[in-house]
Amino acid sequence: MAAASAAHRHSKRCRLSPVPLDSLADELLFLVLDRVAAADPRALKSFALASRACHAAESRHRRVLRPLRADLLPAALARYPSVSRLDLSLCARVPDAALAAVPSSLRAVDLSRSSGFGAAGIAALARTCPGLADLDLSNGVHLGDAAAAEVARMRKLQRLSLSRCKQVTDMGLGCVAVGCTDLRDLSLKWCIGITDLGLNLLALKCTKLTTLDLSYTMITKESLLSIIKLTNLQVLTLVGCIGIDDDALSSLEKEYSKSLQVLDMSHCQNVTDVGVSSIVKSIPNLLELNLSYCCPVTPSMVRSLQKVSKLQTLKLEGCKFMADGLKAIGSSCVSIRELSLSKSAGVTDTELSFAVSKLKNLLKLDITCCRNITDVSVVSITRSCTSLISLRMESCSHVSSGALQLIGKHCSQLEELDLTDSDLDGEGLKALTGCTNLSSLKIGICLRISDEGLTHIGKSCPKLRDIDLYRCGSISDDGVIQIAQGCPMLESINLSYCTELTDRSLMSLSKCTKLNTLEIRGCPRISSAGLSEIAMGCRLLSKLDIKKCCEINDVGMLYLSQFSHALRQINLSYCSVTDIGLLSLSSICGLQNMTIVHLAGITPNGLIAALMVCGGLTKVKLHEAFKAMMPLHMLKNVEARGCMFQWINKPFKVLYIFFQPACLPLRYV
Amino acid sequence: MDRSQNHIHGQSAANFCYQFGSDNPLLGMGIQQQFAPFTSPFGASSSTNIPHMDWNPATMLDNLTFIEDKIRQVKDVIRTMVDNGGQLPCRQGDLTQQQQVVNADLTCLIVQLISTAGSLLPSLKNSSFLSQPPAGHMDTVNHVGSSSSFIPNATTISEENKEDMCSPEDYEELFKGFTDGAMEGGIEIDNVFVEEQDAKDGDEGGDASMDGENLPPGSYELLQLEKDEILAPHTHFCSICGKGFKRDANLRMHMRGHGDEYKSPAALAKPPRDASVEHELVKRYSCPFVGCKRNKLHKNFQPLKTILCVKNHYKRSHCEKSYTCSRCHTKKFSVMADLKTHEKHCGRDKWLCSCGTSFSRKDKLFAHVALFQGHTPALPADETKNSSDQISRVGSHQEPAKFPSSMGSSFMWGTSSSDDRGLDVKGLAGCSEDILSTGNFGSFNFSFGPADGFTGEPSGSSFSVLPPEHFQSAQKKGKN
Repeated sequence: MAAASAAHRHSKRCRLSPVPLDSLADELLFLVLDRVAAADPRALKSFALASRACHAAESRHRRVLRPLRADLLPAALARYPSVSRLDLSLCARVPDAALAAVPSSLRAVDLSRSSGFGAAGIAALARTCPGLADLDLSNGVHLGDAAAAEVARMRKLQRLSLSRCKQVTDMGLGCVAVGCTDLRDLSLKWCIGITDLGLNLLALKCTKLTTLDLSYTMITKESLLSIIKLTNLQVLTLVGCIGIDDDALSSLEKEYSKSLQVLDMSHCQNVTDVGVSSIVKSIPNLLELNLSYCCPVTPSMVRSLQKVSKLQTLKLEGCKFMADGLKAIGSSCVSIRELSLSKSAGVTDTELSFAVSKLKNLLKLDITCCRNITDVSVVSITRSCTSLISLRMESCSHVSSGALQLIGKHCSQLEELDLTDSDLDGEGLKALTGCTNLSSLKIGICLRISDEGLTHIGKSCPKLRDIDLYRCGSISDDGVIQIAQGCPMLESINLSYCTELTDRSLMSLSKCTKLNTLEIRGCPRISSAGLSEIAMGCRLLSKLDIKKCCEINDVGMLYLSQFSHALRQINLSYCSVTDIGLLSLSSICGLQNMTIVHLAGITPNGLIAALMVCGGLTKVKLHEAFKAMMPLHMLKNVEARGCMFQWINKPFKVLYIFFQPACLPLRYV
Repeated sequence: MDRSQNHIHGQSAANFCYQFGSDNPLLGMGIQQQFAPFTSPFGASSSTNIPHMDWNPATMLDNLTFIEDKIRQVKDVIRTMVDNGGQLPCRQGDLTQQQQVVNADLTCLIVQLISTAGSLLPSLKNSSFLSQPPAGHMDTVNHVGSSSSFIPNATTISEENKEDMCSPEDYEELFKGFTDGAMEGGIEIDNVFVEEQDAKDGDEGGDASMDGENLPPGSYELLQLEKDEILAPHTHFCSICGKGFKRDANLRMHMRGHGDEYKSPAALAKPPRDASVEHELVKRYSCPFVGCKRNKLHKNFQPLKTILCVKNHYKRSHCEKSYTCSRCHTKKFSVMADLKTHEKHCGRDKWLCSCGTSFSRKDKLFAHVALFQGHTPALPADETKNSSDQISRVGSHQEPAKFPSSMGSSFMWGTSSSDDRGLDVKGLAGCSEDILSTGNFGSFNFSFGPADGFTGEPSGSSFSVLPPEHFQSAQKKGKN
C-alpha cells in the first residue's frame, strides 16, 4: 500500500515537474517498476496512468501477461509488445484464432487450464513463435497426435508438458522427440496412449532431457533401460507406473546413471523392496527418493540405501514398515535431511526414537497420522533434531500437551508446524514463542487452545503467513486480533467454525494487506459489516469461504464487487445473499470458482443472469434443483465458454440450532 | 527270337539311361557303353566323369542295326494286319490296338534316327538331351503283341513323363549337373581353389555340417559370377535362332518350331536327375561388387547361398531401382518380385514416415525413425488436414530430405526367398553351359541386345562403370 501510494505521489510529481519522466532511461524506470510490482501489482496501473511516458514505460516493462479472457488478448498484446510469457490459465476457452495472433517475442505459453483450441491453434503458435521455449499443454484431453505433431515444429522448445493429453500416442510423441531435440523438461503424466516404442525413441532423440515425468504411463522395462541411460537426466518421476516391477528394476542392474538425482516411484504397486534394493545400486548420486505407497520397508532394502551416500530426502508415505525397517533408516541413511513417514503403518515409538536419535541433521520430519507414537517419540525428536524447520504431526493423538511443549522449547528453527488434532494447549503455544521464524502454523481441532495462547503467537511470530484455527471453538475475537496485529505478513487464515468470532475479528484482519485466503465458514456472528472491512482492506483477497455465515447478505457482496477485484473463488452456500448480491458479485471479472448451494434468496433468473455476466467462470457448484429450472440453452452457452457445472444434491441442513437458537432462520429446500 | 533279343537290348539301354544318364544328360540312347574310353574335349577331371559325346563308327553301326531290326518288326506287324484285314472285319478293337503299336514303334524309330544323326552334328550337341529316350517307351515297344494290358501301361507312363516335364525341382537338379560341368571347366566362372583334401574332409564330415547356415570358410566351393551374367535376363538360348529363355522348359517348347525332331517325347522330356550331384561339394556364391559384404574380399564376408540370391542381392544392392510402384509412385524396386510384393500391400500400410516410406508395423516405423536423422513419424494425411483446415493460413509442411539410397535394401531383406531359386539357378547354369558346349559366343552376345531393351536400363551403363575384367583382376589379386 505504501509503495502504491508512493507511486501515486511519484506520478503526481512528474505531472507537475518540468522534467518529464521520459528523460529517465528505461533501465531506471524498469527498476522502479520492478519495485512497484513487487509491492502491489495494482500500483502498476496507477503508474501507467500518470503520464504518456509512464504508460509507454509500463508497456515496455511488462514481461508476463495473464489475461482474464481470451478475447482481451489482442488488446493486451498490443499494449504490451515485449511480453515473453503468456499465461492463459485464467482463460477457460482459448480459440485457435487467439493463438494465431500472439507476438513472435513469446518464449513461454501456458495453456494448462484452457480448452477450445486444437492442432490448428498450436500450428499457428508454432508459426508465429518459432522461438518458443516453454509450452504447457496440460489437461489437453482433446489434444491428439495432430497437436503433438504441430508441437514438434517448435524446434527450440525446452520445456513441454503434455500431462493428461490422453489421446497422444507414440506417433505424437515420436514427432515431438524428433522435432524438439532441445527438450530439457518433459511431462507425459497420464499420457496413457504412450508405450515403450515412443519412449525409446524419445530417449534416443532427446538426449538433453533433465526432467522427465512418466507418471501413470504404460512404461515397462522395455524402455526403462533407455530412459535411465539418458546422460543428463536428473529428475525421473514414475508415479503409478504399473508396468514398473522388480523385473524391470533388476534389469537395470548393470547400468549406471550418474546424473539422476531425484527418483519418484510412489504408487508403483508392482515394486517391492527387492526391486528397490536393485535399482539404488544403479543411481549412486541420488538426492531424493520417493517410495510412497510403493513397497514395504524392510531392513535389507533400507540397508541397500547405504550405497546412495548423498541421499537427502526420503519419502515413505503410506508404506508398511517391517520390523527394524525404521531402525535401519537411522543407521543407514545418515545423510538424510528430510524424512516423511506420514500415514505409514508400523511406526512405533522405539523404532522412531532410535531413528531420529541417529538423524541429528534432520530438517523436515513428517509423521502425520502415525497414530501409535506417544510422548516417547516426541521427546527423542525434540532432543536430537533441534535444527528441524518443518514438523508435521497431524493426528498424533497419543501425544500429550506436556510433550508438545518440548517442541517449542527445543526446535527454535521451526518454520512450519502442523499440530492439527492434538492435545495442544496454551502452554504449548507459549513454548512456541522461541520459534520466531514460524511462517506456517496449523493448529486446527486443538480444542484446548485459547486467546491467551494466540496472544503469545501474535507477539513472537511476526513472520507468520499461514495459520489454521479450524474448529478451535474456544477462541474469540481477542485472540484473532492479537494474531492480526502481530502478524502483518499473514496471507492465509482459516477461522472456520470458530463460532464465537464476530465482525471485530475481520476488522482487525483487514489490516493484514497481504491476506489472500480467508475461511470463515460456519461463523454465524460475522456479518456483512465485517466482510466489507475485509473487502476494503485486503485488496489481494482471492479465496473466500463464507459458507454458513447466514448474517452475510447482499451488502457484503456489493463491497466485494467494488473492492476485491482479485477474487477468484468464493463459497456462498447458506448465506443470505440474493440475486442482487450475486449479480454484483458477478461483475468481478476474474471470478472462476463459485459455490452457490442452498441460498434461499436466489432465483433461477438471477442465477442465469449472474452466470451470463461472469465470463471467466470455470467451475460452478449449484443445487440440482436449479438444473430443471434454468433454460438448457443458457447452460449450454455458459458451458461453451469453458465453465463446468457441478450439481449438488445434498439436503438442506438446519443451521446453528446448537449455537444460536434465537437467530435461527429455519429454511428447507 | 528276334523279339526277345530286342527286348533285352532295349532293357539294358533303359537301365543305362537311368543309371548313368543322370550323370550326364547329354547321353544319347543306347550308346552309353562306348563312351567310357573317350576323354572329354574339355579335359574334365576324372572325378566328375563326364563322357562327352563324339562320333564313333562302331556305335553308329550298332544303332543302325537296331533301327533295321525295328523296321523289320514294324513291317511284320503291318503285314499281319494286311493279311487279317479281309478275313475278320468285325474285330475293330484289335485293329486299333495294332495301329497304336505301330505308331509307337514308328515314334521309337524316329527318335533313334534323330539321336544317331544328332551325334554327327556338332551344333546339336548342346540340345542332344532331346534325344534322350523315354525308357518307359522302350518297354512298351518291346512288349508289343505279347501283352494285352499294353494300353493302360502306356497311359500311366505318359503321365509320368508329363509330371517330369512340369516339375521344376528336376530341372534344377539337371542344371546343377550342367553347371558343375561348366564350372569345373573354370572358363566362365571364376573358381576359388579349394584343396582336394579339404573338399574330401568336407564330404566325409557328413551332410549335417553342410546343411548348416554358417559354413566355415573352405568347407564349400566359392563361386563368383560376373555382373553381366547376373543381370542377363535369359539364361537359355536357342542354338538355332538365338532366342533367349528364362526356363529351359520354355526353350524346349520353342525348339518344337524348329523341326519335327524336337517334337518327340524324348526331346520334350525333362532330363532326369543327376544322382552324383548330391555328393558334390556345397556351393556358395560371392557378389562381384568389391566392397560389398557379400564380396569374398570383404573382411566379414558372408557368402550367398544360391544363384538366385546372388541375382537378387546384386539387383537390390548395386543396381538402380527402376520399378516404381504404380499406386504410391514413391517406392522403387530393382527386383520385379519385390515390386509385386509391395503392390499387394501398398496403401494398406498404416504407419508413415515423413520421407514417404510406409510400414505395416509401428515398431518398424519407429526403428526407421530412430535410424535416420530428421525423419519423423507422419500422421495420416486426412487427420492433419482436418485440423489445419480451421485456420486458413497453413504453412507448407517442411519435410526432411529424402534418403533414397540403401533404404530399400534395408527393409527388403526379408523377402529374399530361396524357394524359387531353381528357376534362375538353372537359367544361369544353362547359359554358361551353352557357351561351353558350343563355344558360340556370338549367340550369347546377341542375346544381350534385347535384354537391355527389355529391362529398360540404359544400355551398357552399368557395364561401362566397371568392366568385368576389373572384378576379375581384383579377385585374382585377392586370391594371390
